[in-house]
Amino acid sequence: MSDPIASAVPDRGFLTPTGNGLLDWIFSTDHKRIGLLYMYAVLTFFLVGVALGVTIRLELIAPGRTIVSAQTYNALFTLHGVIMIFLFIIPGIPAIFGNLFLPIQIGANDVAFPRLNLLSWWLYIGGAAIALSSLFGGGGPPDTGWTFYVPFSVKTTTNAPLAVFAAFVLGFSSILTGVNFITTVHRLRADGMTWGRLPLFIWSLYSTAWVQVLATPILAITLTLVLLERLLGVGLLDPTKGGDPVMFQHLFWIYSHPAVYIMILPGMGVVTEIIPVFARKPVFGYWAIAFSSIAIAAAGSLVWGHHMFVSGMSDMAVLVFSLLTFIVAIPSAVKVFNWVATLYKGSVSLDPPMLFALSFIFLFSLGGLTGLVLGSAATDVHVHDTDFVVGHFHYVMFGGTGFAFFGAMHYWFPKIFGRLYNKKVATFAWGLMFAGFNILYFTMMILGLRGMPRRYYDYLPEYTNLNVVATVGSWILVAGMLLAFINLLRGVRSGPPAGNNPWGGRTLEWTLSSPLPAENFPTPPVIDHGPYDFDAGESPS
Amino acid sequence: MNGHDPHPVHKDYAGAKLGMWLFLYTEILLFGGLFVLYSVYLARYPGEFAVASGELNIVLGTINTVILLTGSLLVAISVSAIQRGNAKLAQWMLWGGVLSGVLFLVNKYIEWSTEIHHGIYPNSPILLERAHGEIVFFGLYFVTLGLHGLHVLIGSILLAIVAVWVRNGSIHRDDYVFLENSGLYWHLVDLIWIFIFPLYYLLL
Repeated sequence: MSDPIASAVPDRGFLTPTGNGLLDWIFSTDHKRIGLLYMYAVLTFFLVGVALGVTIRLELIAPGRTIVSAQTYNALFTLHGVIMIFLFIIPGIPAIFGNLFLPIQIGANDVAFPRLNLLSWWLYIGGAAIALSSLFGGGGPPDTGWTFYVPFSVKTTTNAPLAVFAAFVLGFSSILTGVNFITTVHRLRADGMTWGRLPLFIWSLYSTAWVQVLATPILAITLTLVLLERLLGVGLLDPTKGGDPVMFQHLFWIYSHPAVYIMILPGMGVVTEIIPVFARKPVFGYWAIAFSSIAIAAAGSLVWGHHMFVSGMSDMAVLVFSLLTFIVAIPSAVKVFNWVATLYKGSVSLDPPMLFALSFIFLFSLGGLTGLVLGSAATDVHVHDTDFVVGHFHYVMFGGTGFAFFGAMHYWFPKIFGRLYNKKVATFAWGLMFAGFNILYFTMMILGLRGMPRRYYDYLPEYTNLNVVATVGSWILVAGMLLAFINLLRGVRSGPPAGNNPWGGRTLEWTLSSPLPAENFPTPPVIDHGPYDFDAGESPS
Repeated sequence: MNGHDPHPVHKDYAGAKLGMWLFLYTEILLFGGLFVLYSVYLARYPGEFAVASGELNIVLGTINTVILLTGSLLVAISVSAIQRGNAKLAQWMLWGGVLSGVLFLVNKYIEWSTEIHHGIYPNSPILLERAHGEIVFFGLYFVTLGLHGLHVLIGSILLAIVAVWVRNGSIHRDDYVFLENSGLYWHLVDLIWIFIFPLYYLLL
């Protein structure tokens, strides 16, 4: 190894080269290596998605044409959505940190089906390749929006079918990961790792996995129908042949609303890991948090209709879906109150992971509360299809899951790579991200309330000032993210050795060496304490 | 598969079966989307559904039901046989299962070619002149049964692979979870047909 600092970290664990170079990575069935493979792939696509998003904002800095054509703009927001949803947020936390830490946190040596796990990664890469290939050739990049609504997705001459097929393949990858995680949690817990001693991150991954398994097939059949509609003209979604396009929306959202919880639940799990560690207190209300994950997964599967209040449904259906939507707010709020209660009288240290976790609570709460505005049918009719929806969605998905993702990166980084990043730079990057985020998306919510429609290429001049503010916010946000990434990359190369337990965590991964060892547990561990027993002593090393 | 994997191979039968059951849930939900469409459109076009359903060939449908049920029985016998160490019987029963799948597909081919010969296929000019409900019924019929047929094909291939593995001894009385899981898959294909048959053929 040419890296001179490597001597400072004596054992590189699972990162130690094993002879065949890249082949030992892309055909490895080791859950840690697969997790890291996902990390590199997901982050790459995330940066592509960010670039597309920034371009959208830049186009909207002034009314009329600014830098791209209207058709390109449609392609931009479509691919921004497809990439961010299917390639970043859904696989992000479960596939990266779930793969890296789920087996370790339950005291197992790997997931239940290691080869299936590798297949999931290859399907992910295949799906991603198809999605990106839709950018080139043929009729040009897809322009349907990430929701692929019929009849437009059947009629457009762009490469929408490729993007639809990509989502299908990615869904298959997601299902296999879900099957794997559920089986792993059921079958491979170490001796003494009772359900009540599972880290809450595991509970959230477990709930997520169930949603992945139960909801994703509906997306598969829905996308298949779109493709069949294009290939054969079957007519099941075509009103001129007796079909009903609204049925597409139902089927699509039967998957895609639960998918929102696939996106947020793992983020909540990460935050639940970080907060007790940095407050040096046992988590408040373990079972309440565990069951609220299950409750969110269950109730979240019954609320898809709130995406369709203006699509043509009976008033009764609108009323029921609205009520069910409000019910989901209860378990979500349970989590928020439990996190806050965990902080109460804690010995809080504001390290970078904690800052991301705390801002998660704040941003997710704002996102959740604006969600109630949308869940209530009367107000939804006014703000439907405006920037308010986009702002709300990004508060939950980016302010929530995105910040949790960055929190997870900063929390588990020393465990994965054995080194620390520069905390001051990380804190500064977090500050930039937090400020830029709020400037960007809060402004979008105001814009939406004032009537600025989403997905529009052009707008009336009175919206100009706020659009400028939002675009400037996007620059600050991107600057913060880039700084965070550069700081982490520098940490990988030349950070100081982190030690096995820099944060003083009590879950199992902190008992292992950093970087993680090639074999997790040479002797099967026996668990005799809960994941957050900070009273039980053992100070940080 | 690679030199890096230091983990001892563990054989967890209960885990393998749990994973298979989870996968079967996803299959049920995949077809579930089509059954949802069926129920919505049946409520919307009850009369036209009945008319279109009356045109399907009940005889071929019934024969296929019997074939699939028999195939399921053979595969179940095969699992019992391997448990008792009778690999030869298990192997023959599996080939019987494969045969049932092939016969089913041959029947399906005959049925569909007759229909296509009469101009009934998705987006055909003759079909498009008929009532909306009938177009939708036949659309659902071709999509659902096509998807099911695909599963029969995959299941048959799977059973053939299992049969070969039983023959060369890699599946035996102490390690037969792959056979059992393939059997579960085959039963699922059968089970879905048990719903398809009355919904499409017997709706009068």
